[in-house]
Amino acid sequence: MMGVAYIKRSKTGRINIKIGNKVDYTLKAIIWFLGIVTVAAFLVFDYTGFHLTSALKETVANLQTMFLTPALTHFSWSEAFYQVGVTLALAVLSTVIGAVIAFFLALLSAENLSNQAVAKVIKTYVAFIRAVPTVLWVLIFAIAAGLGSTAAVLGMLFHSVAYLVKAFSESFEEVDKGVLEALRSTGAGWWQTVVHAVLPSTMTYLLSWTFLRFEINFSVAVAMGAAAGAGGIGFELFMASGFYFDLREVGFITYCILLVAIILEVASTQLKKRYFPSQQ
Amino acid sequence: MLADQTRLSRKWQHIFLLIIVCCFTWIAIEMVQFDFYQSLLSIPTAGLWMIENLWITAETWREFPDIMLKLVETILMSVAATTIAAFISFFLGIAGSTTTRRNGLMAGLSRGIASVARNIPVVAWALILLLSFGQNSLTGFLALFVGTVGFLTRAFMESIDEVGLKSFEALTATGATYFQVIFKAVIPQALPQMLSWVLFMIETNIRSATLVGILTGTGIGYTFDLYYKTLNYEAVALVTLLIILTVIVIELTSNRIRKVIL
Repeated sequence: MMGVAYIKRSKTGRINIKIGNKVDYTLKAIIWFLGIVTVAAFLVFDYTGFHLTSALKETVANLQTMFLTPALTHFSWSEAFYQVGVTLALAVLSTVIGAVIAFFLALLSAENLSNQAVAKVIKTYVAFIRAVPTVLWVLIFAIAAGLGSTAAVLGMLFHSVAYLVKAFSESFEEVDKGVLEALRSTGAGWWQTVVHAVLPSTMTYLLSWTFLRFEINFSVAVAMGAAAGAGGIGFELFMASGFYFDLREVGFITYCILLVAIILEVASTQLKKRYFPSQQ
Repeated sequence: MLADQTRLSRKWQHIFLLIIVCCFTWIAIEMVQFDFYQSLLSIPTAGLWMIENLWITAETWREFPDIMLKLVETILMSVAATTIAAFISFFLGIAGSTTTRRNGLMAGLSRGIASVARNIPVVAWALILLLSFGQNSLTGFLALFVGTVGFLTRAFMESIDEVGLKSFEALTATGATYFQVIFKAVIPQALPQMLSWVLFMIETNIRSATLVGILTGTGIGYTFDLYYKTLNYEAVALVTLLIILTVIVIELTSNRIRKVIL
């Protein structure tokens, strides 16, 4: 790496032991930039109705009530269980349907399996969809389909498809070129290459991405319940905190969500350990 | 023979998985009364509606300065939340990584904090914080901040783990102190990866900020909600377009930065 004959010295004649390069400069520049933007952000924030000491005191008191004395007042245990189920159901539907659609679109947008022009078009389109926050999709669909599970699933589906197409097509593009060529040279058709070469070598990645998306979709489903009236535990959380101001119920609901999310996370780490032992 | 058997069991595993997924999907459809036919039908309806109504007219452009102001506030909020969260996660990550941890208690504690912060969705944090912080930028900032700490701590731990024990052991062998090892061996190697995660989180947070904004009444999310509820769809289109542009610009920029640093 380092030249032997030429030694970089500073103006005072000391040997430069740091190799200044583009990477270092970029890293430093990013850190400085982020720091300055952060300071600027605090200067322009809107502090309406904000008092630090009272807010902090209140938060601590609120958190204590929430997490130390959780209780249900407006609905029963079985109802809570059912609402968590509804949220999970929204996540399952948008993930499963999304994965199926994304699979076919990803085949068309993988550069080694499809026409370059088609791939470009799909990728651009998908990047566009991904840039819109899910909640905006849900609210836009809600105008056409009415608030409720249909709009929620459709909105979440849009975003899931966009996310999974990117992940899937990148997995497909990593398939060994030699394998594809070998199959093509035997006269295998497009579908045969997909079924016998692409699928077997990428299956575990596809499953792992899909499960990751399911994890994300669970928290998105909670969000849609709260922000877009999609029902489920998110809606109950929104009601408890925004309408009843019932901190103990908020605490209980938060615990429910936390429990499910942790179970999903543990499951996904276990799956990863099983399917990708080399990465651990 | 053995290969055949594993292939067979693999096949059965996949069939089993497929059956489970189908069962769950069926239960899910029953539970939320999801109507395939109706939703298929509503996609073209929604598309038509969008084409008919989401036109940005000249009149809407008068709202542009107001919207821009809120958008900038949202961007600043996401960047600030990410940066400060990265600072905290940096220490939590070092305390929690298997390579650099000093004692089990600290490691367990930082992993626990990260797990709780990450697994309670940002929406829940927003609603909880809204109760005591009221309707201002700080509520949104804090909600994003907590979630980001959770995510970045986990990501940083993995980045530090990837560096591996070799350089850590090499420097320890020269008699370097713990902090010297961290700052001279671990951080320089893990930094590009860590910054790449920070950039990713800024992208994510701008999208989440919209959602948090709808709930806490701040930033671009509030603007969107206001126009949406007053049925001012031209302005809704403008807000959506500006969000798309922002997210795409930030994504492209961070992709270019990633190409340089990784």
